Amino acid sequence: MSRTAAVAWTRAAVIVGAVVLVELLCHSGVIDPLTLIPPSEMALALADLVASGRIADDIVQTFSTVATAFALSVAAGFLAGALLHALPRVRRAVDPLLASYYAIPFFVFYPLLIALFGLNTIPLVVIGFVFATAAMVISTLNGLDRVPPVLVKAARMLHLSPARTILLVTLPAAAPYLFTGLKLALAYSFIGVIAGEFILSGGGLGFSIAFAYTNFDNRTMYALMLFVLAVATVMNMGLHVWEQRLLRRRARA
Amino acid sequence: MRAPAHPSSALEGRALDGLVLVALFLAAWQGLHAYVGDSALTSPLQTLLYAASLAGRPTFWEHVRATLIAFGCAVALSIALGIVLGVVLGARRFAGDVAEPILVALYTIPKITLYPLMLLVFGLGLSAKVAFGVIHGVIPIILFALNAVKNIDPVLVRSARVMRLTPWQTAATVLAPAVMPELVTGVRVGFSLTMLGVLIGEMFASQRGLGFLIINGISLHNVRMTTAVILIIVVFAIAANGALLALDRRVHHAR
Repeated sequence: MSRTAAVAWTRAAVIVGAVVLVELLCHSGVIDPLTLIPPSEMALALADLVASGRIADDIVQTFSTVATAFALSVAAGFLAGALLHALPRVRRAVDPLLASYYAIPFFVFYPLLIALFGLNTIPLVVIGFVFATAAMVISTLNGLDRVPPVLVKAARMLHLSPARTILLVTLPAAAPYLFTGLKLALAYSFIGVIAGEFILSGGGLGFSIAFAYTNFDNRTMYALMLFVLAVATVMNMGLHVWEQRLLRRRARA
Repeated sequence: MRAPAHPSSALEGRALDGLVLVALFLAAWQGLHAYVGDSALTSPLQTLLYAASLAGRPTFWEHVRATLIAFGCAVALSIALGIVLGVVLGARRFAGDVAEPILVALYTIPKITLYPLMLLVFGLGLSAKVAFGVIHGVIPIILFALNAVKNIDPVLVRSARVMRLTPWQTAATVLAPAVMPELVTGVRVGFSLTMLGVLIGEMFASQRGLGFLIINGISLHNVRMTTAVILIIVVFAIAANGALLALDRRVHHAR
């Protein structure tokens, strides 16, 4: 067995082992059922919830909010990154801002956003957007910084128009970094929206988890937690696989 | 971009940039305030005055103390746990390879959904806040420490052996300086995330602390309170990060 396979199998065994351990601890009564329900029951409860259609509205609301925040942050982050790259003087000035951006605990602004926009989905979109945009800006700057100058020179020698240079040379060369930006922006807008819903909102998956918690409805709460964590994991793993494939194609080229 | 002629003028330029940024930010805040009115956002001056008046109240300092105690415990635990786990996983390559993707996956999930679990396990109060801070902050520290140890240049270890250093000497004079820059970066990232975790923890089930004051201000329509506390937190976060960033640059530069 190759080393990578051994690593992958061990990793799977560790995860399965952890789940089985929790399952056993729950059934043997070491873990109080009021604290944690067995993983198998979470899965059953989730299947019930999905089949009953009770969470369909929440799912639609959360994911449309995430999608809006994600799309806005990618567009704005890319434009801002490209603009800053073109204006080195401005970039030098805002550099400290970018460096300390993620030190600011943005969720403390969320209550203020509710005061500003009212209790609807706008504060959620804004918090997801604010949380995700800087990652896209930073990744765009990284990508544009790392376009090899020789490629730009070659484009000039071939008399490519600026538009074609960007489309055929700059963007493909910066693509892996832009992809990292997309990945981070998706994860961050998801975290931002779910957290906002959890803190204070009128609907969505985060809200439903908080609602189930305050009503001591552990079955629903853990089913929803499982759902959110599963979606986040699948999403990140999918993007990771896609990224690896992009990188491999690049290495071959 | 031209290199600045004198280091002192570069420094002045940066200070000027900072001032311009702050001025722009204050102008935007004032503009937003003029647009939405007092009921949604107080003006910068009002907020500063209110923050100053808060500083004169003993009850406010009790909340600050509650937050600082929780945050201090959480940061100490995150750093200790993160460095120990990271160094162990970095030194044992197989275990590190098994654990790293799991840690990265844990890093990107919305940990806020785990908050009810933390409350059920730890109960209301200090330990839940600390635990919530730790689950946010510990993972980046583990990841940075893991990669720092994994990427130690083998030549360093071999030369330590050639010089017949004892294991303690090797650790103190070769390994520690080699991993220090990455560790400082990890601690900086972990510091911010721990603070985020503790504040979120206070925003729900807590009766004390700055996070509680923010949420309480909103439910009592005390926008002044909310804005002032947010300002205090943001200033603290930026100052702490600035100090850690300066340290970070120094240790990275020293190499």
